[in-house]
Amino acid sequence: MNSRDLILARVRGAVAGAPDVEVPRAYRGVTGDATGGATPAGGDRLIDLLAERLRDYRAIVHVVPEAEIASVVEEALTRRKTGRLVVPDGLPPAWLEREPRDREPYDTVGDDPELSAADLDGVDGVITGCAVAIAETGTIVLDAGHGQGRRALTLLPDYHLCVVGAGQIVAGVPDAVARLSPERPLTWISGPSATSDIELNRVEGVHGPRTLEVVIAR
Amino acid sequence: MRVALFITCVNDTLFPGTGKATVTLLRRLGVDVAFPRAQTCCGQMHVNTGYREEGVRLARHFADVFGGYDAVVVPSGSCGAMVREQYPKLAPAATGAVVPKVYELSEFLIDVLGVTDVGAYFPHRVTYHPTCHSLRGLHLGDRPLRLLRNVRGLDLVPLPGAEECCGFGGTFAVKNPDISAAMCADKVGNVMTTGAEVLCAADNSCLMHIGGTLTRQKTGVKIMHLAEILAATEVTEP
Amino acid sequence: MTRTFLGMPASALQRSFPSNAAKAVRDSQLRFNLRKATHTIRDKRASVVGELPDWEELRQAGKAIKDHTLRNLDRYLVQLEEAVTAAGGHVHWARDADEANRIVAGLVKATGETEVVKVKSMATQEIGLNEALAAEGVTAYETDLAELIVQLGDDWPSHILVPAIHRNRAEIREIFQERMGEWGRPAPEGLTDEPRALAEAARLHLRERFLSTKVAISGANFMIAETGTLVVLESEGNGRMCLTLPRTLISVVGIEKLLPSWRDLEVFLQLLPRSSTGERMNPYTSTWTGAAEGQEFHLVLLDNGRTHVLADEVGRQALRCIRCSACLNVCPVYERAGGHAYGSVYPGPIGAILTPQLRGLDSELDRSLPYASSLCGACYEVCPVAIDIPQVLVDLRAKARHPRAERLGMAAAGWIFNRPERLARAQRAGGRLRRFVPKRLPGPMSAWTDTRDIPDIPRESFRGWWDRTGGGDR
Repeated sequence: MNSRDLILARVRGAVAGAPDVEVPRAYRGVTGDATGGATPAGGDRLIDLLAERLRDYRAIVHVVPEAEIASVVEEALTRRKTGRLVVPDGLPPAWLEREPRDREPYDTVGDDPELSAADLDGVDGVITGCAVAIAETGTIVLDAGHGQGRRALTLLPDYHLCVVGAGQIVAGVPDAVARLSPERPLTWISGPSATSDIELNRVEGVHGPRTLEVVIAR
Repeated sequence: MRVALFITCVNDTLFPGTGKATVTLLRRLGVDVAFPRAQTCCGQMHVNTGYREEGVRLARHFADVFGGYDAVVVPSGSCGAMVREQYPKLAPAATGAVVPKVYELSEFLIDVLGVTDVGAYFPHRVTYHPTCHSLRGLHLGDRPLRLLRNVRGLDLVPLPGAEECCGFGGTFAVKNPDISAAMCADKVGNVMTTGAEVLCAADNSCLMHIGGTLTRQKTGVKIMHLAEILAATEVTEP
Repeated sequence: MTRTFLGMPASALQRSFPSNAAKAVRDSQLRFNLRKATHTIRDKRASVVGELPDWEELRQAGKAIKDHTLRNLDRYLVQLEEAVTAAGGHVHWARDADEANRIVAGLVKATGETEVVKVKSMATQEIGLNEALAAEGVTAYETDLAELIVQLGDDWPSHILVPAIHRNRAEIREIFQERMGEWGRPAPEGLTDEPRALAEAARLHLRERFLSTKVAISGANFMIAETGTLVVLESEGNGRMCLTLPRTLISVVGIEKLLPSWRDLEVFLQLLPRSSTGERMNPYTSTWTGAAEGQEFHLVLLDNGRTHVLADEVGRQALRCIRCSACLNVCPVYERAGGHAYGSVYPGPIGAILTPQLRGLDSELDRSLPYASSLCGACYEVCPVAIDIPQVLVDLRAKARHPRAERLGMAAAGWIFNRPERLARAQRAGGRLRRFVPKRLPGPMSAWTDTRDIPDIPRESFRGWWDRTGGGDR
């Protein structure tokens, strides 16, 4: 017997006669609210919670009106002295509008044709949007869609600047799972790269971007 | 209400004072407690050491002995947990009727009699160790602490790392003596930081283990079962 | 059943748990490292679990989803295979460690490469994949920081989540300084033992390797039958590197890692991070379905004793395990014995029930594992899928062969307990002989009296007092 049939036969033999199980789903589901209260989803409370939880992971967080995204982005890139910035396809151009200043402008790099891993390793940062953000856990989910690019773009550069729209913020994990599509490769990001492998103390910054900066548009 | 005392084999043989205190306490609260003489052991030692058949036999014996009572009081969290947690898996048909009527002492006092102040007097500094089977098996919660807080004169001090196992575990203490002793040493260390004169618990088996180390190390800290403190009414020497 | 290999050296298997543990408990450095680490993570877990008002409901859902999956595992495995294949992936089935290793080695060699990068994976530890690949001329590089520490130190993992938990920062610095050069880029000059500096050294050591290696090997935390999606949770980004950059990805996954539907992730992505690292969410979670972004993708489904465990009515609940390691972190025995004492890649309470079920109860070590617990119940309380570990331990104890002296003692005790009059007679005899009981007992009972006094045997038992006084009335 080939191994596939053997394993399936072993499974059938092992569970024969065992009763099936109903799954109780009494936990807070999709319509649930992040803190168990009765406040409607969305709104300032979720924004504040997302910001607080991201800061717990030592991400840098700004909460600004939508009209101020570009100026916050420019300030962030100036502060970091970003030289080359990866810009994925479909990123709203308004986020990168700059006023002429006397500083050296940064260069933007596109991913078409695809950058090599070595190229990506050589850039200073990447800016993306996201698919969903989860307030309760301080998580940003990328689905490689418009304005996010393929997975490597947010992996190799040491700095990730992510813009989150208020409408993308959901309360909890069930809301995010319901909104996301399993056909797309997903990356759930909760703060910068970290490890707890040394004496179980959390240290930020190993292989992924060591700095995560998030701009939340009200 | 017909109330029976399940003394447990360990208390019967090694700690008769706990049994006497339980009887004294219950009578003081107006409970006419019976002692069915056919009782022996709940079977925990056999089951937990891997001798299930013998354990099942003892579980059936327990059901035969106590089946006719309205309530069974056990001054042991561990034996109480054996009956309530393990009997339904070992011998559900035979023990199904008796299991819900079994109460650990503090459960019986608070849940059945509705008493938290048992009129005890014990003017000593006491720390309480919530044994594993009291805590995670029977889920006694703060019942023993509520009883102790109402004892006049008693100075109750919290035990650091209270929820950690003392390392007794029945035959574990003999089969894994080094780990067991290390766990007990940490427990004793925590007891010593409290400055208590008396270490109290709802289980004499764990107390025997910790107490054996307390005396070996000549710490001067005494061990007392919860029932003995609750039974005390005048100046009782620990 | 042939003895299932569980990725541990023969030396660790020669002794029983108590003797392995006796050695470990006297290693004060190890005790200090373990105590510090387990207490840190324990407190973090308790705090983030306490934040969720519906933790118990999530736990019950997690338990039920896993039980339902196991009950219908054949159907869901076939569904998974179809979905992965439809999404451009290739599915392989391995009945045991040998077959899994052969399949993976064959796949790697077919690419013409001789180096692979690895994401931390219990399944590949379990089957000893790195050693099997080395025998075929393929070098496997571990990229998780803790696995790197273990690999560079020529050591064995001692924890499911943090395999190098037995090492402190000073030891890690020494390993990096001495060994990194042999495996690739040496440690930076003047490396300190600051965790941040050690993490930076790992980043530099592995960076070039990530950029150039063409084949990666991973496990998976979950597989979704409905969609064919695989899920990997991690912290450092080494997982993302391996899952994203190489042209070929090979994932070796135990058949019990299945979940029926995409929606089920809403439960497990809450249970796992909070239980394992004690975070609201781990830094990175990757999900992919089949051949993502043009990658070549192979899935190797591993049995290796799991169907044997599945056949046991009580023991099969161990297959609910999502490898969070909360039971290790809270276990007083693990905290003092360390992971190596268990002689398996699965240490701690879950290892004590999983290893003897996967390997059988033939060796002295495996027979001793179900007894490596005081049955304190802390593991059951924290388990996010409510595995009743004490119940399985007790069940395994009933299956294990017992030493002769113990059998005789238990039979004697049983004989006495079967009749109350025998118990009364034994108690009276004990009361009479009480003065002759020595302070130090001989034989196996000396294990007690080495560190503890035995209680004084009373002159009169409780039942003797009751008979004499009518319960104090006379």
